Amino acid sequence: MLTIDWRTLYDAKDVLLAGMSITFQITAVAILCGLALGTVLAVLSLSPYRLLRNGAQAYVALFRSIPLVMLLLWFFLIVPQFLKALFDLPSSIDVRLISALVAYSLLEAAFFCEIIRAGIGSLPRGQMYAAQALGMTPMQAMRYVILPQAFRAMVPVALTQCIVIFLDTSLVYVIALGDFFRRMTAIGERDGTLIPMLLFAGATYWAVSTTLIATTRLIQTRWAR
Amino acid sequence: MIELKNVTKWYGPFRVLNGCSTHVAKGEVVVVCGPSGSGKSTLVKTVNGLEPIDAGEIAVAGVSVDNKHTDLPKLRAKVGIVFQHFELFPHMTVEQNLVLPQVKVLRRDADEATAKAVGLLERVGLRMHVDKYPGQLSGGQQQRVAIARALSMDPLAMLFDEPTSALDPEMINEVLDVMVELAQDGMTMMCVTHEMGFAKKVADRVVFMDRGAIVEDAPSDAFFAEPESQRAREFLAKILH
Repeated sequence: MLTIDWRTLYDAKDVLLAGMSITFQITAVAILCGLALGTVLAVLSLSPYRLLRNGAQAYVALFRSIPLVMLLLWFFLIVPQFLKALFDLPSSIDVRLISALVAYSLLEAAFFCEIIRAGIGSLPRGQMYAAQALGMTPMQAMRYVILPQAFRAMVPVALTQCIVIFLDTSLVYVIALGDFFRRMTAIGERDGTLIPMLLFAGATYWAVSTTLIATTRLIQTRWAR
Repeated sequence: MIELKNVTKWYGPFRVLNGCSTHVAKGEVVVVCGPSGSGKSTLVKTVNGLEPIDAGEIAVAGVSVDNKHTDLPKLRAKVGIVFQHFELFPHMTVEQNLVLPQVKVLRRDADEATAKAVGLLERVGLRMHVDKYPGQLSGGQQQRVAIARALSMDPLAMLFDEPTSALDPEMINEVLDVMVELAQDGMTMMCVTHEMGFAKKVADRVVFMDRGAIVEDAPSDAFFAEPESQRAREFLAKILH
């Protein structure tokens, strides 16, 4: 019962690769948008203006305290209607994918915000003083002096977070989006081989994560001159 | 050049600066000394607005520092400051440390900024280290780069906040030599330092602070010959051996 039917897997390879492509799309978009929005949030949360600061902190607190599954379901229920109402979308576009991309990006922004804030916090206060003393505006100081150093300091934590994102994408299961995991279970359910298929899916996630971790280790040791 | 009038600052319930008034004329070298916790570092940092003040007035070259409408970045670009812990940017080479502020703040073109940077590094004896990162230099070398970086902005005046306190003893002189040369070239300087040898050699005036207040403000000859206050006499007795 636990033997894997390699023939079935081979036959389904196109479907599975398409699923893996969706998994990677969500991961990549979540990382890029999360990092961009997270940086903005981190800078806002350190702003001298209380309104901006509180707004950024409220955002982070909100997104960090909602279970991801619930977030996905909400976005699945809200975003498609919203998008359809806003732009007259053709029905061929998979709104599930779009709602997943939006949900993951907004959520990861909150996590990256905290990671970047910790990175900024790890720098000596004098760096900001020195930049401003040279006549840089607070934005210039952030851009040229603080953020480049903060990004370097946060690389290990951020890479870990990227792998967490990759693994968490499997939760799109709940909105019936055909990522790698969803498609594996579909095949398993169809053929009555759910357990071997789940094991194979798990092994695949393990292999990809391990490769990513090994690659990041390699990059880090190269960087650390 | 630098005017301070009744400068007062509170950290919560603690008054760090208590009605401090002094001035630094163009080309003058003023040394600020006093026991630790007396507010000397805070006082120099108020001059370029790094430490906001609660009362009093500060003007640099006629421009008010504590006025809300003053363009502080523009003013700060004209006042160099050297910190105790150097504060070079560790992710940039020595050359980039000197070039970036010139390009981004003064809008100089890259070639002009680089030429200026190399010239100044030559002057502080570090020409051969342009492509190194600050972490690869000794403390004394880093502090000399920090002085060169401040000078690259063509400042009207230079502030020094205990520039030699974080250095190993054998590196103090290489930094002081650069400062002495700068003073002799006629730079307007306000230096917080415990180096009384430096003060005797180049200072025009010495400002002695205690508990946030300026206790004595005298020509350096007079200050070292016979300080007026008991507190300054005790301080000198402890620091000079």
